[in-house]
Amino acid sequence: MSLPLAASELLLARQQMAFTLGFHIILASLGVGLPAITLIANWWGLRKNDDAAITLARRWSHAMALLFAVGAVTGTVLSFEMGVLWPRLMARFGEVLGVPFAVEGIFFFTEAIFVGLYIYGWKRLSPRAHLLTGIPIVIAGLGGTLSVVAANSWMNQPGGITMDSAGKVTDVRPLEVIFNGAAGYEVPHMLLAAYLVAGFLVASIYAVGWLKGRRDRIHKLGFLIPFTVATIAMPLQFLVGDTAARAIAVDQPAKFASMEYILDTGPNQTEWLGGVLVGSQVKFGIGIPDLDSILVGFSPSTVVTGLDQIPEDERPPAPTLLHLAFDAMVGIASALLLLVGWFAFSWWRRREPPESVWFWRASALSGIGCIVALESGWIVTEVGRQPWVVHGLLRTEDAVTGASGIAVSLAAVVVLYTVLGIGTILALRAMSRRWRTEGLTEQGVPYGPPADEEAT
Amino acid sequence: MSEVVGIAVLLWVVVTLYAVLAGADFGAGMWDLLAGGAERGARPRAFIDRVLTPVWEANHVWLIFMLVVTWTAFPQAFAAITSTLFVPLSLAALGVVLRGAGFAFRHIVRGTPGQRAMGATFAGASVLTPFFMGTVVGAIATGGVPPEGGGDQVTSWLNLPSVAIGALMVATCAYIAAVFLVSEARKAGDPEMQGYFRARALAAAALAGGLAALDLVLMSSASPQLYADLTGQALPLVIISAALGLGAIIQVLRGGGWARTLAVGAVTAVIWGWGVAQAPDILPGTLTFDQAAASSSTLITLFVVFGAAVLLVAPSLALLFSLQQRELLGEDDH
Ligand code: HDD
Ligand code: HEM
Ligand code: HEM
Repeated sequence: MSLPLAASELLLARQQMAFTLGFHIILASLGVGLPAITLIANWWGLRKNDDAAITLARRWSHAMALLFAVGAVTGTVLSFEMGVLWPRLMARFGEVLGVPFAVEGIFFFTEAIFVGLYIYGWKRLSPRAHLLTGIPIVIAGLGGTLSVVAANSWMNQPGGITMDSAGKVTDVRPLEVIFNGAAGYEVPHMLLAAYLVAGFLVASIYAVGWLKGRRDRIHKLGFLIPFTVATIAMPLQFLVGDTAARAIAVDQPAKFASMEYILDTGPNQTEWLGGVLVGSQVKFGIGIPDLDSILVGFSPSTVVTGLDQIPEDERPPAPTLLHLAFDAMVGIASALLLLVGWFAFSWWRRREPPESVWFWRASALSGIGCIVALESGWIVTEVGRQPWVVHGLLRTEDAVTGASGIAVSLAAVVVLYTVLGIGTILALRAMSRRWRTEGLTEQGVPYGPPADEEAT
Repeated sequence: MSEVVGIAVLLWVVVTLYAVLAGADFGAGMWDLLAGGAERGARPRAFIDRVLTPVWEANHVWLIFMLVVTWTAFPQAFAAITSTLFVPLSLAALGVVLRGAGFAFRHIVRGTPGQRAMGATFAGASVLTPFFMGTVVGAIATGGVPPEGGGDQVTSWLNLPSVAIGALMVATCAYIAAVFLVSEARKAGDPEMQGYFRARALAAAALAGGLAALDLVLMSSASPQLYADLTGQALPLVIISAALGLGAIIQVLRGGGWARTLAVGAVTAVIWGWGVAQAPDILPGTLTFDQAAASSSTLITLFVVFGAAVLLVAPSLALLFSLQQRELLGEDDH
């Protein structure tokens, strides 16, 4: 190994953090999005007296319980990692990051309680009371996202603190920490991402069923409810993402210049689609003259800061990775926008989803695609912040632990999470198979009278 | 200054809640592990499962509160602990993952072999987390964590006194769980399970008592100052703990209704005894709570957040328990 020991430990620590966060964020997105979709189905079922919708809500709530359990576990690991991997980040800024995380604790607690109530309340609570126990879950999901993403956006744009000359924090203004300069776009962007991931992923499962010829009312509603949520969120996400990119061009120019291949500061910047940065040359990319300047400031004469203005040791590593991740996010977003546009058009004309098998094939892929967009976005945010862990204040290499043995913990985490991921998918499939074989019998009376539940 | 005392007390409240509530969960997992073969263990396993299920996730949140309050209020101490105790903390986290996964999947996997594998993972992991958290406590108490962090990664916690505290933690979890299960069996009018867990509560109590005495002896040479404080300023709490523990045993034997309360009191008294013995230090002899504390604006924010948490979470918990008492919650056999 040619790397000095400290540098390789740093790399391993970053990889472990990235891997565990990347895993957790999928579950977290479902944890935020799925309760909302479930509750919509539940509410619709009660309002329209539609048993199929109630059955769906009931099934999804069981999937939700499983995903919550796995999400909580992976989230707990993250809390340990903040300490064991980045002790010097916590020593200096633990008291700042702790503010949003403490707020998050309230939301998770509320969430855990009401998930329990909702799942164990199907049989004996009144339908209305039961529906009401679901609402705090949705609100807690919103609040939880706000607080965790506030912590992350604070690392991108730290504010709300006073430090003495030695760099020790002497005063913290909690509201300024939470509502920092980047929270305004990161929080809504992540929130919409969570609804999109949950919406497309659930819809894609029923789209596969549709392609296999399962076209009963359950499959139809199972597609329509989540896909409609995604249809509403998708254009909003485009607007928020666009705002985020423009804000970053000003506030985090190193990140923007890397992800957009802006080498020299100036007007008339080319927008690159795809491409690999070799030295100071973009290879294999499609360049659209002036477009980048237009996107940033609505005019070709907009001056955009390039990498030449950024000191060499403050440039993010791997601009090609950043650029391709950004392209993947925007490319997938554009494809998904077309897909929901197709759906909306067909619905507007015929009150039916499109019949074309291509629509259903594309929808079957939308869930995975959306997860790729989610992960790509996080790569842009996190790798683009490097070499800083707290932008401008603390470098990642100064935050990492001095402990050795991260190779072992990283290997263990990869093996364990692989098993956990496979286990979760198998468990969900086992559930869905059971639902299908049990078929109509269990559709009967979800809010049954107490008399019929002695079976347990 | 007074904020620091307030936050230290708050931290200890959270530690106590975690130890008692999650401790009961861990202990139940251990009894599951020890229940014997698929056939013989079926009854106690089903009983444990029924008692444990509805609120398990809520208990687990205390661990996160504990971590967050420590890193927010005492960042320097948190960093010192996490940078020294990388190994036991990682292993404790491993236990959290295995336990959560085993629990989540056990209800879904059907068929005995799969279920057994899940169950074994769940139960085995129930030992891992309390044991390694115990060694973390041991490392702190015996001065293995230097205030600037980066202490020895192995010897700081892999030593006789720390391992003995790990063992004590495991025995304590088993004890609390057994007492809880006796009470639940009594409430459910199930004399068979009451007898079953009564025997186990007594065994665990004997073990925990023995280990506690051993720990004190080991402490007297490993950390003379802490030992002096445990038998000095913290002595009343140590005595109260022993008395309550004994009272709980008597109640268990008599089938009385106070067993659970007394057992919780005994464990609470130990934890506060440790806190009082260490005070005013968070790392004994090297770092005081005051020195480790965050800025006072952070501490005040934590109080506000905690107040909001109480206002929001208390009624939710009350709702949960009231619905549970009125038997309005039940497994959806879907
Ligand atoms: C479902 C997923 C999804 C979709 C469809 C999009 N994004 Fe995104 N994006 C994310 C999911 C995401 C995210 C949740 O992964 C990130 C990471 C951090 C954040 O706040 O959101 C993100 C970050 C992120 C950032 C970096 C923010 C930062 O570093 O602070 C930019 C500039 C964009 N996005 C821009 C866009 C644009 C212009 C899009 C559409 C045209 C777009 N995103 C669609
Ligand atoms: C949940 C979605 C998130 C994902 C997928 C994610 C992803 C990543 C990635 C890819 C890295 C490694 C960067 C590199 O390779 O250089 C990283 C590092 C890190 N992230 Fe995030 N991140 C997420 C959210 C957060 C949040 C909310 C925090 C809150 C504090 C956070 C804290 C960190 C820290 C401390 C590091 C290590 C230091 C560094 O390399 O910058 N992340 N994360
Ligand atoms: C943007 C990134 C993140 C989002 C949106 C998010 C969201 C969530 C959500 C919704 C849950 C509830 C469980 C579930 O739904 O599956 C959860 C669990 C958890 N998350 Fe994250 N999370 C993120 C990143 C992080 C990070 C960086 C940490 C810690 C450093 C963290 C710590 C936790 C913890 C401790 C839990 C378990 C709480 C419990 O037991 O109920 N999360 N997260």
